[in-house]
Amino acid sequence: MFGPAESTNLGTPPMSDSPWSLLPAASTNAEALDTLYIFFWILCGVALIVAIGAQIYLMIKYRMPANGIHRKTSPLTHNGKLEFWWSAIPTVFFVILFYWGEVDYMKQVTPPSDAIDVRVTGQKWSWTVDYPAVPGASLSNELIVPVGVPMRLTMTSTDVIHSFFIPVFRLKKDVVPGRYTVLWFEATKEGEYPLFCTEYCGDQHSGMIGKVLVVKAEEYEAILKERSKLEYDETKGDKTQADFGRRVYKRMGCDSCHSLDGSNKTGPTWKGIYGRTEATSAGSVTVDDNYIRESILEPNKKVVNGYAPQMPAFAGRLDDKQITALIEFMKEQK
Amino acid sequence: MTTAHTHDHDHGEEPNYLVAKRGLMSWLVTVDHKRLGVMYGVAVLFFFMVAGILAIAVRTELFTPDQDFFSATTYNQLFTLHGALMVFLFIIPSVPAALGNFLLPLMLGAKDVAFPKLNLLSFYIYSAASIFLIYALLTGGLDTGWTFYTPYSTSTGTAVIAATAGVFVAGFSSILTGLNFVVTVHKMRAPGMSWNRMPLFVWAIYATAVIQVLATPVLAITLLLLIIERGLGIGIFDPAMGGDPVLFQHFFWFYSHPAVYIMILPGFGIISELITVHSRKHIFGYKAIALSSVAIAIISFLVWGHHLFVSGQSELVGVIFSFLTFAVGVPTAIKVFSWIATLYGGSIQYNTAMWYAMAFLWTFTVGGLTGLPLSTLAIDVHLHDTYFVVAHFHYVMVGGTVIAFIGGIHHWWPKITGKMYNEAAGKVGALLVFIGFNVTFLTQFFLGHQGMPRRYYAYLPEYQLMHQVSTVGSWILAVGLFWTLGYLVTSLFNGKKAPSNPWGGVTLEWQTQSPPIEHNFHDQPHVYTSPYDFPEIDKSAGNFHPPA
Repeated sequence: MFGPAESTNLGTPPMSDSPWSLLPAASTNAEALDTLYIFFWILCGVALIVAIGAQIYLMIKYRMPANGIHRKTSPLTHNGKLEFWWSAIPTVFFVILFYWGEVDYMKQVTPPSDAIDVRVTGQKWSWTVDYPAVPGASLSNELIVPVGVPMRLTMTSTDVIHSFFIPVFRLKKDVVPGRYTVLWFEATKEGEYPLFCTEYCGDQHSGMIGKVLVVKAEEYEAILKERSKLEYDETKGDKTQADFGRRVYKRMGCDSCHSLDGSNKTGPTWKGIYGRTEATSAGSVTVDDNYIRESILEPNKKVVNGYAPQMPAFAGRLDDKQITALIEFMKEQK
Repeated sequence: MTTAHTHDHDHGEEPNYLVAKRGLMSWLVTVDHKRLGVMYGVAVLFFFMVAGILAIAVRTELFTPDQDFFSATTYNQLFTLHGALMVFLFIIPSVPAALGNFLLPLMLGAKDVAFPKLNLLSFYIYSAASIFLIYALLTGGLDTGWTFYTPYSTSTGTAVIAATAGVFVAGFSSILTGLNFVVTVHKMRAPGMSWNRMPLFVWAIYATAVIQVLATPVLAITLLLLIIERGLGIGIFDPAMGGDPVLFQHFFWFYSHPAVYIMILPGFGIISELITVHSRKHIFGYKAIALSSVAIAIISFLVWGHHLFVSGQSELVGVIFSFLTFAVGVPTAIKVFSWIATLYGGSIQYNTAMWYAMAFLWTFTVGGLTGLPLSTLAIDVHLHDTYFVVAHFHYVMVGGTVIAFIGGIHHWWPKITGKMYNEAAGKVGALLVFIGFNVTFLTQFFLGHQGMPRRYYAYLPEYQLMHQVSTVGSWILAVGLFWTLGYLVTSLFNGKKAPSNPWGGVTLEWQTQSPPIEHNFHDQPHVYTSPYDFPEIDKSAGNFHPPA
């Protein structure tokens, strides 16, 4: 079954080699936040050591005498001064933390007016990223951004709530159906970073992983256009339409629900699918070119029995050539 | 606390509550708060075990980054049931309904709770709720997570209605128990027991009961709306039908955040009792501890929005909730400092119950401190919905409530069962639980800090090492808990007979025999002093000298 370990969904090598490389600071927000974060941990560390240190000291010093007979104990019941100070000092630190967190947060949620607009759509279980400023630029499970340029993501979902999370930017925002949420950042470090869904959204929640590609500002548009292209291309190893279809299958995230090896995922497997007769919500159907085409564009019209009607519609996201290639690819899965 | 006069005449013949009446029916229709406490205890521990086994299954699946033992669907059902059973059938009723039922009237010097029959009804409502939830488990499972977030919960094909109906019904049990306890505390205190002479456990249960009565109806309303949406197709939360999915989160957390304090406040109460009795010291800052429980209960209603910092709610609202959340930190810090200060000048006896109390101070302090970054808006944006949050709430719920509950079970075991358990075995268990717990969840802070999201059955290979450490820790914890269950059950058969007051407590429950008689006390007890007035305390002003 699909697991991110194979990274098949992304068509990329593993995103990093060690746990720590997931957490570089790669945005202005991340750099600012890490200062607060470090202050925080020093403060909490000191508080923990003081509290637990006092506890251990008292535990040892006032243990019951070894002869098993209790000694006389202190009649102390309270101490107003002490209680005042141990209420006041934490309060002061809490106010500092609150204020600092609030200031950084307001920066996090206030995009500059010259930010470049990007549209993000979450669906079970992939991200679609569209670039209104670059004609024809649209990516699946991939976010390409230039270094040093503020970007504003306007996000929505077509089904359930997802959450868009980029650890190296220290940013996250829920992606909610029926409304728009906004996230902005300015990347500071080139590289390839993971992008997670952090709001539980069903079976393949764990597989809803994409990547963020931070590139040089001057190369940004060219790379974006190149990566958006999804057409027959011999230089990418396409020898037949089916080869191209395989690339569509991976890029568009079909593989998160449809297996090729006969295993049962969220949708029916594609192994032996072409020509198979399926019982559907609209009666018995033989899987042919027209049924496949219809199921891609309007997936919930005839749903194979035993599966929930939850495939997102691909009308407007796949063109005829891509659909044709997909059908050729499906024919090959015997 | 002392009873008015010790009667010398012999009451030895009167049977204890366990054997006063015999036969299955005498248990099924009992209105004795002690028997109901025991029945609740058995039930909540059963669900603790079931939900714990589910947790071990979850951790074991996470031993490798790939999908190994369970399909995605099964994994999602496992963590959902783990959460739902733990929260609704174990932690919420654990301390109040089991120990609270048993101890509250005893500590107050009363014969029973104010409404004994209502108490029995609560138990049956709880049982019905359990059956509903088990039904959900058997009819295709439930995969929404214990939070039932819409629109996922209104669109998924699993048994959402049965499960939420179960939680809905369980809520009524919680409300009735809370109501019963509030009235009991107000009306049933022994002569001489002013509010300032109530044991702190009673204060904690009282504060909890108030939250139960006020907050739980909101959960009932929310779940009812959810059932209406799913059953009748009326759009309330589902945007496809014109509803608002975030509204559900507001409703849900308006109950479920106060519920966090329903879970932890009784644990605070237990710790206050354990630390004083076993260090032979008056509690430090009685009023501060009692009133901070009440303060936490009040503020707890005003912080639900910190669960929605990244949900798209307005920034101003986020700022206000962040501030109010920090406000909860102050009374909580006061409690921790007061417990530590209570150790000063004591004569501490380290038995198993005290080991748990000392373990609690570490686990709860870690849990409390890691709540601070989550209250800080900018930092929460990074940590929200990652393993950091998972680790934080397990430190508070398990490290706080469960550790306190197990400590409390040991402390009152002689009173409840009339038997002593084996101290050496107890300490082995406490050590295993402490080590296993910390290994499991300390690593999860690092995982979350690295960005590991919650509720993934498969994950990037970079996270593997820490996941494996965590999984091994969970196995140690499981061994510790089964070990504990083992020697406690054994003690019922071959444990030494418990004296009426094995630890030298001065609260009223120790002033009657172990186990208590059916009506608790032979004579109405009277109260003249504070509940922590131990004979070891040196009252000859100024003669106390710390040991060298």
